[in-house]
Amino acid sequence: MIDIQHLSKRYGNFAALKDINLHIPEGTVFGFVGPNGAGKSTTMAILATLMLPTSGVARVDGFDVTRHPKEVRKRIGYMPDFFGVYDQLKTTEYLHFYGASYNIPRTEREKLIPQLLELVNLSDKRDVYVDGLSRGMKQRLCLARCLIHDPKVLILDEPASGLDPRARIEMREILKELKQMGKTIIISSHILPELAEMVDEIGVIEHGEMVAQGRVADIQARLRVKKVLHVRVMERQEELAARLQDEAMVSAVLSDNTGVHVHFGGGDLEQVQLLQKIISWGFAVISFHEAQTNLEDVFLEITKGGPAE
Amino acid sequence: MNWSRKWINPVLDKEFRLRMRTPRSAISLLAYVLVLGMIALGYIYVSLYLGRQGNHAFNSGAGRMMFYVLSFAQLVLIAFMAPALTAGVISGEREKQTLSMLLTTQQSSSTIILSKLFSSLSFMTLIVVATMPIYSIVFLYGGISLKQMIYIFLFYLFVMLLLGSLGVMFSTLFKRTMISVIVTYGVGLCIFLMTGLLYLFVMSIVQRNYFSMPTTATGPTYSFVGYILGLNPAGALISLFEPGFSKGAFLVRNGNLNSDAPIQLWQEFLLVYSVVIIGSLWISIRKIRPVAKRKLRKGTYDAPSVETGASDPS
Repeated sequence: MIDIQHLSKRYGNFAALKDINLHIPEGTVFGFVGPNGAGKSTTMAILATLMLPTSGVARVDGFDVTRHPKEVRKRIGYMPDFFGVYDQLKTTEYLHFYGASYNIPRTEREKLIPQLLELVNLSDKRDVYVDGLSRGMKQRLCLARCLIHDPKVLILDEPASGLDPRARIEMREILKELKQMGKTIIISSHILPELAEMVDEIGVIEHGEMVAQGRVADIQARLRVKKVLHVRVMERQEELAARLQDEAMVSAVLSDNTGVHVHFGGGDLEQVQLLQKIISWGFAVISFHEAQTNLEDVFLEITKGGPAE
Repeated sequence: MNWSRKWINPVLDKEFRLRMRTPRSAISLLAYVLVLGMIALGYIYVSLYLGRQGNHAFNSGAGRMMFYVLSFAQLVLIAFMAPALTAGVISGEREKQTLSMLLTTQQSSSTIILSKLFSSLSFMTLIVVATMPIYSIVFLYGGISLKQMIYIFLFYLFVMLLLGSLGVMFSTLFKRTMISVIVTYGVGLCIFLMTGLLYLFVMSIVQRNYFSMPTTATGPTYSFVGYILGLNPAGALISLFEPGFSKGAFLVRNGNLNSDAPIQLWQEFLLVYSVVIIGSLWISIRKIRPVAKRKLRKGTYDAPSVETGASDPS
């Protein structure tokens, strides 16, 4: 559905994108991960026909974004990372405007808009001015706007940014529904655990380069991300953390109010030996288990950090 | 209504709704009519009670003069209003972060630009039409024909279109509304003031040269200087009031008012600025979205850097 080949974008001497290659099959939810300034929004803006690449090709449903932008626009719903709304319009007027802008006849819009408002849980706000909606509601309204012409592809740039936890959960539930509807979704987020639950594939981008791409589990396996052991003891937690720092297979130890998190490079046998050692030190162990490595761990393992060129 | 659905596109519909829902529109309309009304009443007061002749009469000649005063005042007010209404139509959308979403819809670049311009011009037209009752005072005293009045209003429309097109163009080219407004006012100032001053300056040089020639020499009667005045809205407006004014603008020596001026000033004004309007709109339409320039080699594109409101990079 989305095909990117050797895509590059330069702003003078600054390379925002360097030879990006990406293929996203139909119906896939693709998580775009990377630090600020990595090139996520630039890639999305190119796919949304808002920016031209310096070189390379980007296609949506077979249509080149530079040669056939009109065809591409029919097939995409784009939600930018920062967006405004027309405050003086009512919720339904706002959707009617965008519906009409996609050449959807009024009779069709009259049926479609209540369904969309239902989908994004804004049915009770249909006659409210957009100005009176909360940020989370505006975000959901913007998502409804993206869907008004039933696009095959959704390009969502940080759709959960600035939302409170409840609004984030609501947004995530809507995205899950869209996934079930078979939409191809390309989504970027800073909040990695949110993505981990719903994405089929991820692409990690840093300094304009795609550093890893594929299924989360495959990338984890390929990178051999260290396992994280979670240990809870009755007392002397800080002392345990200090003693674990000196252990051979331990690369990092983090102590917080939930317990001690140990980045451990050993296998199962070494893990058993470590538990025996902790008990032999006289600590009363409440729990000792392997924490699930998540997208955040993968991201930290892959990206080097540091400033862009 | 079917006709409105047919003729009013979504962008225009949205612009009309947004513009007329803010109290600012009603306040601007009121302020404009009040200013022009005060000028009219002030002129009548000055003519009746402070006139040199002290005859305290307001006759058709005074009515005609009042029409001129009102027309120039209106022209100046349009020069102030048009950039304010149009120089933020695209940059404002960009600043409100709504432009990128608008550009990903099926609306063409020309629809977006022309609808924005048309909605602004419609509001300006509403304001100018709202001043018509003030002009009716002139008709109480006579001295002005209805035809002249229609011509003047058509001329206003053209000036609004000119300043509006420039405003929309700068609004498309500059990211910030403030810069766009300043540049539009700057260009407006050049059109309104600089052309007039340039005319006076060049005319004085040309006339000095001609008068320094021996009296027996036969220099040309007309000079190119009139063309400079033809670029000035005030000059073009006067030529609409007084058809003989164009001859005077070109005439430098040996007055021969029977011969025709090379062109009427208002005609030159329309011709030159029509090109400017078309050029401004063309640039706006081209620049609002990134447009790939095809190179000779098939399959590759030259990619101009066009700001669209999408954050860059990442």
